[in-house]
Amino acid sequence: MSARTHLAVGQEAIEAKGWYGAHRYLILRRASQVFFLLLFLLGPWFGIWWVTGNLAGSRSFDLLPLTDPLILLQSVVAGHLPGLTALIGAAIVVAAYALIGGRVYCSWVCPINPVTDAAHWLHDKLGLPKGWQPKRATRYWILGTVLAVSALTGTIAWELLNPITMLHRGLVFGMGFAWALVAAVFLFDLVVSRRGWCGHLCPVSAFYGLLGVKSLLRVSAVNRAACDDCMDCFAVCPENQVISPALRGKPGQSPVILSPDCTNCGRCIDVCSVDVFAFTHRFDTRVTETPAAGRTEQTAA
Amino acid sequence: MSVTTHSMSPQRRRFLIDTARMAGGCAVAGSALAYLARDARALPAEALRPPGALDEEAFLSACIRCGLCVRDCPYGTLSLADLGEDGPATGTPYFTARDVPCEMCDDIPCVAACPTGALDPALDDIDDAKMGTAVLVDQENCLNFLGLRCDVCYRVCPVIDKAITLEASHNPRSGHHALFAPTVHADHCTGCGVCEKSCVLPEAAIKVLPARLARGSSADHYRKGWEEKDAKGAPLVEGIIDLPDRLPGPGTDNLATPGGFEPAFKLPGASQ
Repeated sequence: MSARTHLAVGQEAIEAKGWYGAHRYLILRRASQVFFLLLFLLGPWFGIWWVTGNLAGSRSFDLLPLTDPLILLQSVVAGHLPGLTALIGAAIVVAAYALIGGRVYCSWVCPINPVTDAAHWLHDKLGLPKGWQPKRATRYWILGTVLAVSALTGTIAWELLNPITMLHRGLVFGMGFAWALVAAVFLFDLVVSRRGWCGHLCPVSAFYGLLGVKSLLRVSAVNRAACDDCMDCFAVCPENQVISPALRGKPGQSPVILSPDCTNCGRCIDVCSVDVFAFTHRFDTRVTETPAAGRTEQTAA
Repeated sequence: MSVTTHSMSPQRRRFLIDTARMAGGCAVAGSALAYLARDARALPAEALRPPGALDEEAFLSACIRCGLCVRDCPYGTLSLADLGEDGPATGTPYFTARDVPCEMCDDIPCVAACPTGALDPALDDIDDAKMGTAVLVDQENCLNFLGLRCDVCYRVCPVIDKAITLEASHNPRSGHHALFAPTVHADHCTGCGVCEKSCVLPEAAIKVLPARLARGSSADHYRKGWEEKDAKGAPLVEGIIDLPDRLPGPGTDNLATPGGFEPAFKLPGASQ
């Protein structure tokens, strides 16, 4: 492994592609997060009611209903048969995320993502230890628990705690003490558990991950032969367990990142100075065969 | 520790331990969440749900807290409960009658906006809404009960003369005035809260309460004999002789009730 691993993450990419080229998807993603938040704020702030409601349920242009499918699922297991509008809204959301990747919600829409990203940024700056790292499967257990509690108590249980809808509803309708929950998530990720909330505990992330198990839009290590083992993608990826099977796959193995944990955030594309990764669809198993200089040297040695 | 006593493979052992840990942790977390969920059911008496809301337990399984009812209310009556406020379950819609009452729109936009049916779409006539029931809680301070003609709750009632009537009776304080008691008829009261909002007192003497606090209920086996008799058109039990009622008073042969007494003295100048 080269000394390049000691360079700051993304440094090489900035040198090779320029600052913008090495932050393209990050900027796009922040723009998308602001865009979706602004859609909901246009009404209460400027009186432009294109989109009404919040992330739990909304109505756009007096026509398009959208409903959070996890909240609706809890409602169903709690014993309520939802109205047709809500069911159609949830079906649209399910269909969209099943196509583009469930966890696109996490990285491109969810308002908690900037909070946990900020916590991680500060965590890095302060050089804190990674702390408690519960298994990534914990979130599935929590998802199961949330559904069980919903069924047993006859309520939409996770909405009593869900920091995502609390924050979003807080911004759109009035904050109350919702900021305390957001602060709790921030502190948890900062001092208790590095990237702990979204990647290990959040049942919403687990649910949307499951939605996107067979999603079409995927990142592929299409140019994996060019990889020079700088490890920047592993350092920048919030779910870096998803990379290895695609990047380090043997010849003949798919270069596509197929894990539903991948949030399609595109940061790996940004930070790679030799452009190993690219967005594509899940059936695109093409790989470029030209090995990079670094890799050839290594194999020769 | 010998190999023979622990024949289980390390992977399997690890798997079982991990599973037990997860299950245990989730049981603890789930219990805490269930406690929260139970706690959230406590709806304060002054927090009223929008028209058509399912009863509280069903409502909490149906309302996704999207706030569309809040947005479509033209009078700004509704709001979503804030976290941490000692109020309704976080994020659910409610109103406080004394602040902004429900104006009972004919097209019921809040119900039309609800995507889940937490506000029951079967409610098509706002006069059938049951958000609560008005109760004249304080007869001692109500101006009408003091013999004055305030009448404000009666006059502002959207279902005037059905939900609230003024029942005239003798005013025993002045001896020669009438007393007009505002009287709520729960069958017609929608619980909109306009009466509570309009009560002129610093603290309203008439308040909208949830039905669980406002109403009693009659036992299932109770029958009103007079209604049964009317329905049948004849006495329910045959052969009962209907004796004349022996009321006390002048013009009858019975000046004193049985077991009662005649006045021991007469007022001077009284004719009797």
